[in-house]
Amino acid sequence: MLAKRIIPCLDVKDGRVVKGVRFVHLRDAGDPVECAKAYEKQQADELVFLDITASHEKRNIIIDIVRRTAENVFMPFTVGGGIRNLADIRNLLNAGADKVSINTAAVKNPKLIKQAATKFGSQCIVVAIDAKRVVDEKRNKGWEVYVNGGRIPAGKDAIKWAKQAESLGAGEILLTSMDFDGTKDGYDIELNRRISESVKIPVIASGGAGQPKHFKDVLTVGKADAALAASIFHYGEFSVSEIKEYLKKEGVNVRL
Amino acid sequence: MIGIIDYGMGNLHSVFNAFLSLGKKAKIISKPSQLEGVTHCVLPGVGAFGDAMSILNKSGMSDAIRDYVKTNKPFMGICLGLQLLFESSTESPKIKGLSLIKGNVVRFKGKVKIPHIGWNQLKIKKNSPLFKGIEDGSFVYFCHSYYVEPKEKVTIGETDYIKNYASVINKDNIFGIQFHPEKSQAIGLKILENFTKL
Repeated sequence: MLAKRIIPCLDVKDGRVVKGVRFVHLRDAGDPVECAKAYEKQQADELVFLDITASHEKRNIIIDIVRRTAENVFMPFTVGGGIRNLADIRNLLNAGADKVSINTAAVKNPKLIKQAATKFGSQCIVVAIDAKRVVDEKRNKGWEVYVNGGRIPAGKDAIKWAKQAESLGAGEILLTSMDFDGTKDGYDIELNRRISESVKIPVIASGGAGQPKHFKDVLTVGKADAALAASIFHYGEFSVSEIKEYLKKEGVNVRL
Repeated sequence: MIGIIDYGMGNLHSVFNAFLSLGKKAKIISKPSQLEGVTHCVLPGVGAFGDAMSILNKSGMSDAIRDYVKTNKPFMGICLGLQLLFESSTESPKIKGLSLIKGNVVRFKGKVKIPHIGWNQLKIKKNSPLFKGIEDGSFVYFCHSYYVEPKEKVTIGETDYIKNYASVINKDNIFGIQFHPEKSQAIGLKILENFTKL
């Protein structure tokens, strides 16, 4: 049976991990490659590097990190952040990334998904969606897509956009709840369930993990195929293996 | 010397890096003459069946692979590389595969997420030196939408996704693996190491 995946996410700026990783005795906790190795030991199922380097001139730094990661870590990893065109995607894949995640560029130019999927295969094209609840006086009226790191509303319905991304050839959806991200109150179960039921491609839930139970909820009730988290792992509150052991005990199929 | 066939589509470096980490010598091969001195040949791959075959045909690698296989030296296809060993694929209906194994490649159908992405279990159906030290039911990493349906008895490993399908095949010196050993951490590296010892 296909296992549910647990995926740590590392924010990388100018080649260094931001929000320091404290969980292990790393020689250099700011080195993304050292962190990747540590997470591999914890039985992480995949890794995501989110490149938040602001200047486009410094973007080649991430290429070197991808290359070094691919030389040292034998698990799948995705790179996202700032990807604008096919050349950016090709450079990352050639350096050794297994998948790339595109967000703003895909919203601005949906054809990019189709071009990238045709050229490199759907399996390596992840479409990242930052979604925020649209709340009327009484009830939730759905979710709107935001771009530019969650700063600008894109005027798109998240469910419709997920379906469109799928039809254009996306291989997976990385779904971040802007309402729950950083709260540690748990994932947006409803958002994940709705999107997961609307598409036939895997959905990776993101935003809100604070407790082991949150992972269980989003992977069962929320119907997500994978759960991504950052600070819960980085600050050593729980290791990836601890979360997976908990999930196994609770009857969720994980790889241990 | 391990030869890794490049057909301009996939990321070969992961496979290359995996062999290097095992202390093995490997080189990337894109034309037939480079097969000289190769003792173990690997056809990795991501991308589409038709595109891959047309590149292999153009570069003369298709015939070179068929000739190489006749020498009885070990050969292994990974992911798309496994699928290319078969006769045809519904992904690219008009294109003939390498036809080293009888059977076809078809797309998953049913109430499941496609692509089949993530860690799933390898059920060992037949003992093989490739599986030395590998426990039955080990988790390995998959990423694909199509799978092989062999028409001859070559299945040595199966995986359950909608149904049990052939995830590892072996016919004489030809091996094929649907999952990515180069991305399956210690278990994957062990399988690659076993291959180098054939």
